[in-house]
Amino acid sequence: MKTRKAPRLVSQQTAFSLLIAATAVVVIPVIVIIIQIVLNGAGAISWDFLTQPPSQAGKAGGIFPAILGTFYLMLGTIIIALPVGVLAGVYLSEYARDDWMTRTVNMAIVNLAGVPSIVYGLFGLGVFVLMFHFGMSLLAASLTLACQALAMTVTTSREAILSVPREYREGSLAVGATRWQTIRHVVLPQAMPGIITGAVLAMSRAAGETAPILVVGAAFFLPALPQSPLDQFMALPYHLYTVAAHIPGMPRTTIWGVALVLLVVVLSFNVLATIIRLRARKRRYST
Amino acid sequence: MNINLELTDKKAPVSGEVRMSTKNLSLYYGDFQALRDITLNIPENAITAVIGPSGCGKSTFLRLFNRMNDLITGVKVDGRVELDGINIYDRDIDVVELRKKVGMVFQKPNPFPMSVFENVAFGPRRHGRKNRMELEDVVEKSLKQAALWDEVKDKLGQSALALSGGQQQRLCIARVLAVEPEVILMDEPCSALDPIATLRIEDLMKSLAENYTIVIVTHNMQQAARVSDMSAFFMMEEDRAGILVEYGPTAELFTNPKDKRTEDYITGRFG
Ligand SMILES: Nc1ncnc2c1ncn2[C@@H]1O[C@H](COP(=O)(O)OP(=O)(O)O)[C@@H](O)[C@H]1O
Ligand SMILES: [Mg+2]
Repeated sequence: MKTRKAPRLVSQQTAFSLLIAATAVVVIPVIVIIIQIVLNGAGAISWDFLTQPPSQAGKAGGIFPAILGTFYLMLGTIIIALPVGVLAGVYLSEYARDDWMTRTVNMAIVNLAGVPSIVYGLFGLGVFVLMFHFGMSLLAASLTLACQALAMTVTTSREAILSVPREYREGSLAVGATRWQTIRHVVLPQAMPGIITGAVLAMSRAAGETAPILVVGAAFFLPALPQSPLDQFMALPYHLYTVAAHIPGMPRTTIWGVALVLLVVVLSFNVLATIIRLRARKRRYST
Repeated sequence: MNINLELTDKKAPVSGEVRMSTKNLSLYYGDFQALRDITLNIPENAITAVIGPSGCGKSTFLRLFNRMNDLITGVKVDGRVELDGINIYDRDIDVVELRKKVGMVFQKPNPFPMSVFENVAFGPRRHGRKNRMELEDVVEKSLKQAALWDEVKDKLGQSALALSGGQQQRLCIARVLAVEPEVILMDEPCSALDPIATLRIEDLMKSLAENYTIVIVTHNMQQAARVSDMSAFFMMEEDRAGILVEYGPTAELFTNPKDKRTEDYITGRFG
């Protein structure tokens, strides 16, 4: 018994160590980066830093306009990308026939996620800024980021809708509900946690994008907060890029401070997405 | 013949009023023929059982009557399926109206993940009933009809998923009753339930049969014998197409089957 068990045990332990090592390779850099940013940036964080506009090219004052701009961007992105994503997801999963056309469209949408973000930026510049005359603006930037986010919102909506069990749809149709009523009252409520999770993740990704907004409306410094969607705006990632790379004599704490705020914004949305998912799962299984 | 199936205290023999029927009905899933040339009359306010080995097309047959097969791509139907003499596969048939008249209960209880109340109110709401008082009446009436009211009257607001399997299935029956159908289709409604819950559903079916036309699929022959007035025995041919072998009053089919294959099946020689 012993002799037979030993080699199995050894190979199991080897596999185990490998798995742990691989996990560590993934996790450790993330933790190191986070610790680094928190340690170096915490000193910059103050009430004024979060609520005041910058002065002296960002060397003094705060980053309030950039925080606000990033929230506006996230809001604008999701207002556009969520409804379009859900409607497209409903169409693709419930109405479109399963033919080569649909499969091609699905594949194209998934691949949209792989398009480099600067390409979206140039697309936005050409279409929203110039062709539609939205100018360099929050609107143009939101539309641009929404195009990028659509890959995610459509895919997650479609998958969330497809994962709703067939029995529910049949139960609804069998009492004479129409197809749309079934989608509206049975399928979508069930799919909602998945849809929202995807939307929140898409938002946090939009919050971190630098390249696309660079060419469609982000400014390093503006004397006033944006008053309308057609105004230019400041945003955290672009602010970070500029203070870190282009302003000589920038206090290092300030740079880390901006990074910390951006990280907190992005991570808190990821955490929010996780909470939504876990709560939905708990609700589904607790009876 | 040696069948120890206990037959029900038969009610008055089936009046003979035909509620639904199929005429030379064949159904194809793509190239595969699942039903072949089935002609059968379903009497009003009685329970008709469809029995037969697994895969012989019982569910497919049942789902003809509320056009549930429409949901599957590639299904083709030949022949007629009639409700009150009207071919429900005619082009101008409103499937939603049809499904209001012909309700269905599924094999696995499938209450929606909503409250007990909302489950029962679901159908009426979709058909435009908004008034809360009215809905409360409908819910109470339907739950009483489904013999579930006493068990759930204090937890109408709780999740339907918290009910037991048997209660869930009766809830699904109440959900169907709430839209005031005329026909109720049941596809092995007890196969996921324990014997006691099964007996409760059977009692419920018998009481419902006074006012509703019921078609039940079951692979449990004792159940068919216990509850049904008429029985249809289906089988597969060589090419796996389902055919109707024998159809008649349950008492006759079980005690004096005319077809050798029926006899073999009910005496447990195959299937
Ligand atoms: N959606 C479907 N597509 C293709 N074939 C199907 C489908 N549903 C059922 N079938 C086939 O039709 C036959 C009858 O199935 P079914 O009606 O479910 O039988 P039963 O209910 O008697 O077990 C089986 O051979 C089954 O494989
Ligand atoms: Mg079946």
